[in-house]
Amino acid sequence: MVTHCTLADAQDSAPSRPITNLLRRATPTMTPHEVGADPVTDQIPAIADIKVQLRNFGFAYGSNQVLKDLNVAFENKKVTALIGPSGCGKTTLLRSFNRMHDLYPGNRYTGEILLLPDRINLVAPDVSPTEMRMRLSMVFQKPNPFPKSIFENVAFGLRMRGVRDKARIREKVEQSLRDAALWDETKDRLHKPAYDLSGGQQQRLCIARALAVDPEIVLFDEPTSALDPTATLRIEELIDSLRNRVTIIIVTHNMQQAQRIADWTGFLYLGSMVEFDRTEKVFTNPGNKLTEQYITGRFG
Amino acid sequence: MRSIQEIVARRRRQDRWFAVLGVFCTSIGIITLIALLANLLIDGLGHLDWQFLTSFASRRASSAGVLAAVVGSLLVMLVTACVAAPLGIAAGVWLEEYAPKNRVATILEVNIANLAGVPSVIYGLMALSVFVYAFGFGHSILTAALTLAVLILPIVIVATREALRTIPRTIREASYALGATKWETVWHHLLPYSLGGIATGVIIGLSRAIGETAPLVTIGALAFIAFLPDPPVTGEFPFVSFSWLGSDFTVLPIQMFNWVSRPDPAFHHNAAATGVLLIAITLGMNAIAIFVRYRMRKAIQW
Repeated sequence: MVTHCTLADAQDSAPSRPITNLLRRATPTMTPHEVGADPVTDQIPAIADIKVQLRNFGFAYGSNQVLKDLNVAFENKKVTALIGPSGCGKTTLLRSFNRMHDLYPGNRYTGEILLLPDRINLVAPDVSPTEMRMRLSMVFQKPNPFPKSIFENVAFGLRMRGVRDKARIREKVEQSLRDAALWDETKDRLHKPAYDLSGGQQQRLCIARALAVDPEIVLFDEPTSALDPTATLRIEELIDSLRNRVTIIIVTHNMQQAQRIADWTGFLYLGSMVEFDRTEKVFTNPGNKLTEQYITGRFG
Repeated sequence: MRSIQEIVARRRRQDRWFAVLGVFCTSIGIITLIALLANLLIDGLGHLDWQFLTSFASRRASSAGVLAAVVGSLLVMLVTACVAAPLGIAAGVWLEEYAPKNRVATILEVNIANLAGVPSVIYGLMALSVFVYAFGFGHSILTAALTLAVLILPIVIVATREALRTIPRTIREASYALGATKWETVWHHLLPYSLGGIATGVIIGLSRAIGETAPLVTIGALAFIAFLPDPPVTGEFPFVSFSWLGSDFTVLPIQMFNWVSRPDPAFHHNAAATGVLLIAITLGMNAIAIFVRYRMRKAIQW
């Protein structure tokens, strides 16, 4: 079913060629997509329950086209991992969902990111970025709690949504901290500064903050890259516990992490979605030579 | 051919010479400052007593005091702070967070930096034509405060911008990602986290304003004031009064200048005592600024 892209074909015809040559040839003027691969959505198994769908989505900073013609769908209440070498555009794609690029000048979205079920195009010029950020949460690469108390960190999103009822805020803060597996460690010091927490605890606090507002999608941008292995494991368990409750899209440079937690995996290369499939398929039987080379650590 | 030891010894002598020269140059500045302070203290400290602080200006040096000048300086500073802080902070926030990064913004930025370098007497001239004549405020406390507020506005704006710039991008993104608008991000996060830096800037600005003489002479501040402005609190409804804003006034540096320019040396001691008071106030304000900044740095480390 899967059509190899021409770049991989070139590699096929010269199997002994070192990978550096391949990379040198893989200039932005000759991306897997532009040389004739079918849109990747045609290749993947049909997703019945779609939460968000990309249609010919592209993104550019000024004249630098970072993402091109992406056509993929993300399953509702499942974990989707985005992998790929540095600079492939995976973080740029993630930050398109909640319109983070709108904070900086020179951004241009093309195509559509449809949020289902209401099929609203996230990146349409007339759709308010603030409104989209109310519906999607984000957890960043480095823990970035506010220099306020633990309680106020989690409550901030609720306050932005006009929740004034103190009992309700307290209840929601507790529930979010429980969901983020942080309640037992923080219940006795809710009003102490969030900066007193360890790095891993701060990141779980950021997850609690993201969950408190009942988001439809939670975006994770390499959430464990600044953490030690123990803290990483706890975050992964946490993400696992959120499966079937909320749609999760996670960018990771760690392929074992994608294998451990993701239902779906998308491999991005030079701004194109080279492969998008079930995680076990991508990692055991990739349909594309480029994917195989990346996951076996031959470049990236 | 000289030995290596000789060459090294010669170069080390050079090194020592410069070290000595450097100490000498540095001490010129420090010794001057110490001499200045000592001279002022010897001349003035003996006159700096309760009677001096609680008396009005007088024709006799021994019974003259700085009461009107102290009250005048405090009231002018109060109004200056109330005007300069909100204006400067708002302008700083707009320039840093809202202004589009284009040519117009660059021109604005350069001009604000230049504004800080304009001689203060020019501000006096501007105030004379705008506040005194055009607005008809007269040579009142209000005019003086508005003039000084405009004078220190660039300091407050620059301090605000620098304080905002130390807040990492990730904190702004965290706030926006939770659905906050720009104003909510500024109000709930950026302003609280930069308050220490902003307060430092406002205090530094005020400590500059309290020593300013030229612009206030230009707007026609009086040197001989033997009364206090109307009290801001009254016995009748509505209990607060702003009539003191329109009152004539004098301030410490003008009082000092007036006494220095008299021929009678007894008045020079009064001037020295006023100088001690002025320096004490300025150093005190700078100390508060340093303390605020220190506390701020300890409380929030990005």
